[in-house]
Amino acid sequence: MTSFASTVYAEEWWIQLIKAVIIFTVGLSIVPVILIAERKLLGRFQSRYGPNRVGPYGLLQPIADIGKLLGKEHSRPHTSVGLLFVIAPILSILTAVAALAIIPFGPVVDIGGTPVGLYGLDVSIGPLYLFAFGAIAFYGLMLGGWSSGSKYSFLGAMRAAAQLISYEVSQGLALIGVIMTAGTLSLVGIVHAQEGMWYVIPQIVGFLIFLVAGFAETNRAPFDLAEADAELVQGYMTEYGGGRFASYYFAEYINMLIVSGIVTTVFLGGWLLPFGIDPPHWVDPFVVLAKMSLIVVLFIWIRATLPRLRYDQLMSLGWKVLLPLATLNALVTAIVVVSQ
Amino acid sequence: MTPYDPGPDVVKVQRGPQPGGPSGVYRAFGETLRGMKTVFANLIEGTTTIQYPEEKVPVYPRFRGRHKLHRFEDSGLEKCVGCSLCAAACPADCIRVVAAENTPDNRVSAGERYAAVYEINMARCIFCGYCEVACPFDAITMGHDYELSDLNRSDLIFTKEMLLAEPLERTPLRSEGE
Repeated sequence: MTSFASTVYAEEWWIQLIKAVIIFTVGLSIVPVILIAERKLLGRFQSRYGPNRVGPYGLLQPIADIGKLLGKEHSRPHTSVGLLFVIAPILSILTAVAALAIIPFGPVVDIGGTPVGLYGLDVSIGPLYLFAFGAIAFYGLMLGGWSSGSKYSFLGAMRAAAQLISYEVSQGLALIGVIMTAGTLSLVGIVHAQEGMWYVIPQIVGFLIFLVAGFAETNRAPFDLAEADAELVQGYMTEYGGGRFASYYFAEYINMLIVSGIVTTVFLGGWLLPFGIDPPHWVDPFVVLAKMSLIVVLFIWIRATLPRLRYDQLMSLGWKVLLPLATLNALVTAIVVVSQ
Repeated sequence: MTPYDPGPDVVKVQRGPQPGGPSGVYRAFGETLRGMKTVFANLIEGTTTIQYPEEKVPVYPRFRGRHKLHRFEDSGLEKCVGCSLCAAACPADCIRVVAAENTPDNRVSAGERYAAVYEINMARCIFCGYCEVACPFDAITMGHDYELSDLNRSDLIFTKEMLLAEPLERTPLRSEGE
């Protein structure tokens, strides 16, 4: 059998099981925190409080929201295509959670005599795994939009597809610079290669391109025109309600988490700290989480600042600005790497 | 060039920089940062929200809220003489007055007659203040209370007793010069 990808370092199956449980528990519990943080911060950015009625300081608002959504009826329009309509949100959340597995939270450390890597899986094709699942995730949006049998959903899904194609190219090209410099596709290897200098400094262009493309990938403002509440009434999610809508929403926030995790890993040195600070290894996951939350705040900040782009502006930004810039960045990096 | 001299009436339009190109990208980036700074300034400045049920905006003295009926302070007699001028002035037709004669045994108002029934339907009232203007004895004035919601329409019909009673001071009043 041909092996297309190998794991760089893997443990016993029971360690992997424990790791999976911990990572997904933490990862999924962060989502409500991001929910409330986003609404609170958006409020503050607009000189208002945001939710402050449910629980102390409104902190229980996401719990109330999730409870409300899960308690609702699963309705579906009679024009919809039954099976696909049900599968689409599942696909969306499944791929989002799967991509969470490769974000490294720390190196291989010694826990009670057993070496354990503080990550779900260290695959030798890190970014490719990510893009593969990102591409499958768009089947979730596409199928959801198409099978709803509603023109708004369909338009939203079409926009989402076009957006993904335009931005995944530049996102990939932006990562190529880093991959060439590090000489490895393993995300843990990329972090280890950043000892000395984070890639955000030599690869600042790649960082910016990746960030902009990341906004587009996660369907967040200012690139949220797949949802576009004003014109398309939530785009591909129009016909969804209750738990299915909640899974789309959840997937969107996990995607945001993944993009911030990848930015942290690839450009911001993962668990490494600057100025030679070398804390004990149990701090590493918290360093990664802190850096990720900074990126999430940036996401929210941008959402509060920028208005939504028009469709043709989105396309011309993707193809005429980001793609040439990303290509140029990859080219210059290649020349520098070869000449060294 | 135009074939004739348009004179000083024609003003040449100054065009702004064109979007696109490297300079456009640079400008867009700069403007984005400027916008982010503005938005962040909002975060620093704090909120301007008034938390309504707990905090209230003080009303001006001339604010037209729920009506009040008045008595003479010395004698305790009602000022209203049941003339129905308020009901006549009311454009929303929300005031109902039924007058009755004062007798020596039952003296309610200072005048010849008094209002046996005085009802204002707050569901219909448009708070225009014409009743206050029409009243020859200043018996009815507009108060400051605007929290008038209720669960039944019939509860919104205020009787004379309710209008005469000292109103709950639920609304802060704006002091002079505030």
